[in-house]
Amino acid sequence: MIYRENGQFKTTYAADQQIFTIAQDKVFVLGVIAFAFIGIPLLADEYMFRAILIPFLILSLAALGVNLLVGYCGQITLGAGAFMAIGAYAAYNFMIRIDGMPLIFGLLLGGLASAGMGILFGIPSLRVRGLYLAVATLAAQFFCDWAFLRLGWFTNYSSSGSVSISNLSVFGWGIDSPLEKYLFCLCFIVVFAFVAKNLTRASIGRQWMAIRDMDVAAEVIGIRPMWAKLSAFAVSSFFVGVAGALWGFVHLGSWEPAAFSVDRSFQLLFMVIIGGMGSILGSFFGAAFIVVLPIFLNQVLPALGHLFGIEISTAGISHAELIIFGSLIVFFLIVEPHGLARLWSIAKEKLRLWPFPH
Amino acid sequence: MGFFVETLIGGLMAGMLYSLVALGFVLIFKASGVFNFAQGAMVLFAALAMARFSEWANIALGGDNLFLANVIAFFAAGVVMFIAAWAIERLVLRNLVNQEGATLLMATLGIAYVLEGIGQTIFGSEVYPINVGMPKDPVIMFESLFEGGIMINKEDFIAALIAAILVAVLTIFFQKTPVGRALRAVADDHQAAQSIGIPLNRTWVIVWFVAGLVALVAGIIWGSKLGVQFSLATVAMRALPVVILGGLTSVPGAIVGGLIIGVGEKLSEVYLGPYVGGGIEIWFAYMLALVFLLFRPQGLFGEKIIDRV
Repeated sequence: MIYRENGQFKTTYAADQQIFTIAQDKVFVLGVIAFAFIGIPLLADEYMFRAILIPFLILSLAALGVNLLVGYCGQITLGAGAFMAIGAYAAYNFMIRIDGMPLIFGLLLGGLASAGMGILFGIPSLRVRGLYLAVATLAAQFFCDWAFLRLGWFTNYSSSGSVSISNLSVFGWGIDSPLEKYLFCLCFIVVFAFVAKNLTRASIGRQWMAIRDMDVAAEVIGIRPMWAKLSAFAVSSFFVGVAGALWGFVHLGSWEPAAFSVDRSFQLLFMVIIGGMGSILGSFFGAAFIVVLPIFLNQVLPALGHLFGIEISTAGISHAELIIFGSLIVFFLIVEPHGLARLWSIAKEKLRLWPFPH
Repeated sequence: MGFFVETLIGGLMAGMLYSLVALGFVLIFKASGVFNFAQGAMVLFAALAMARFSEWANIALGGDNLFLANVIAFFAAGVVMFIAAWAIERLVLRNLVNQEGATLLMATLGIAYVLEGIGQTIFGSEVYPINVGMPKDPVIMFESLFEGGIMINKEDFIAALIAAILVAVLTIFFQKTPVGRALRAVADDHQAAQSIGIPLNRTWVIVWFVAGLVALVAGIIWGSKLGVQFSLATVAMRALPVVILGGLTSVPGAIVGGLIIGVGEKLSEVYLGPYVGGGIEIWFAYMLALVFLLFRPQGLFGEKIIDRV
C-alpha cells in the first residue's frame, strides 16, 4: 500500500538512472542516514559506541570492500585481513614519517598502498581460479603477518612490536570521545557506501559481474579479464585498507599484527556470505550479525547458565560461544544461502503487495 | 654437504607429515566437492579424543598395560570420528547439496568452530600428551659417507613410514574395493553415480569417516610430537599449500606436494631465513605453491580445468 512505485513516472534519462528510482527508497535511505547522524548520538551510550557501533561501522566498510571482490567479481579471497593490516601500517608510516600529514590523507594513502599490494597479490587470479585462488590469497595473509612482525621498519622499530597513534584531529577538530570517533567513521562509511553503490552500477561493476558469472564468456564479448580482475582487487583492497587504517587508528588506538590475523580474514568473508554476496546492504547486515552475535552470546550465556543454576566457567563459556557461533553460521547458510540481503528483498516484495494477498 | 642432506631429509619427513593432513582435504574434495577447512579441527578433535581415551583407559586398566589402553583409545576415537562424520553429513552436507563452493567453504569453517568447541568442552582444553611409544632419540646414519654422519630423528622416520603405509592402504582401498570404487564414481559425477544406484549420503558418511581416520592418524603423530593442544588445529594452515600444489583432486599429488613443500620450507628457513630475520617457513610454502600454480593452475596432478562457454 505504502511501498509502491505507481504514479512515479520517469520523464528523463537522468531520472531513470538515479541510484534510488523509487521515492520511498530515497526517503528511507535518507531517513536511515539522518537517524545515524542525529538519532543514534542522542540514544546510544559510551559502551554502545565503543563495543558495538564503531566496530560495526569499520567492519562494514571492510566487508563492503570484500564484497566488491567476492560478491561482484567472484574472486574468493581469504587474505582480506592482510590488506587491513597493510592499510593500517601504511597509514601509520605516512603519519609519522611525514610531518603535518592530515589525518584523512593519511588514511586514504594507507588505502592506496593497500590497493597497490592488492594488485600485486591479485596477479595470480589471472591464472588461478576458485578455491585454488582462495588458498593462494592466504599467501598475502601469512606474508603480511610475518612482515609486520619481523621487519622493524614498518613498526618504526618499536620495541614491543605494537604501534600507536595519538591526537587524531581533522581540521582542528580533535577526535577523542567515542561520539566523535563514531561520527568520523560514519562520514567515511556513508561516502564509501555511495561510491561502492555507484561503482557497481557503472560499466566497471558490470564488467566485474560479467567476469563473476562466467569469465570465458565475458572475455569472448570483449571484456578484458586482466583489467576487470585487477581493478576489482585494487578497489576492494582500497576499501579494506582504509577500513584497516580506521580500525587501527580510531577503534584500537594501538595495535599489533595479531589484530589483523587470518581469523579477521575469515570473519570478513563470513560477513559477506551471511550478509549476502553481491549486495551493498548485505555487507552491513553481515557486519552487524558478526559484531553483535559474540557480544550477545557473551552477555546471555552466563545469565542463562545462572537461570538453570549452572555456573559455567569462563573457558566453558568461550567454548559454548564457539559451538553456538559455528552452528548459527551453518544454520544461516542452510536456511538462506543467499544471505540476509535476500530476506530483505523478499520482505520488500511482500511489502509491495501488502495488505493484499496477490 | 652432510648438513645439506640432513636438512633435506628433515624436510622430506616434515613433508610426509604435511601430506598426512593434506590427504584429508583431498579425500573429501574428491568425493563431495567440499573444500574442508574443518580438517584442522578434525585433527585436533581426533587427537583430543585419542589422548583422553588413552588416559582414561589406562586408569581403568590399572595403569600397567599402555598398549592395550592405546588400542582401546584408538577404536574409541574412531567411533567418535564416525559419529562426527555421520552428524556432519546428516545435519550439514545433506542440506547444502548443490550450493556454491564459497558457501560450502564457509559451512566447513562453521563446522570447524563447532568441532573445536565441542572437543574442548568434552575433552578439556589443556595440553595432553599422547604416548604411543614413539622413540624420541635421534640416530646417526651414513657416518662413512659424510663427516660426522647424518642425524635423523627416529620419531620423524617412523611417522613418515606410517604416512607412507597409510597412503598405500588408501590407494588399495580406492582402487580395489567396491566401496572405494563407489567413492570414485561419486567423485566423478554425483548424478551418474546416483543413477546407477550408489547411495550418495552413505558414500559421504564413509568418505568423511575415512578423512576422520586420516585426521586421527595425523593427530596421533602430530600430538605425540608436539602434545595435543589447540594449536594443532592450525596444522591445517600449514597443509593448505600442499593441497593446492599437488592438486585438489589427487592423492599422489598430496604426497608429492607435501615432500616439495617440506623440503622447500626447511631449505628456505636454513639458507634464506637468516638474511631476512627468520620465521619465513609459513609464507614461503604459500609462495612456492603460488609459483607452481602460475604454471599449472590445477596443481601438479589435479584434473585439467577445461572451460567452455
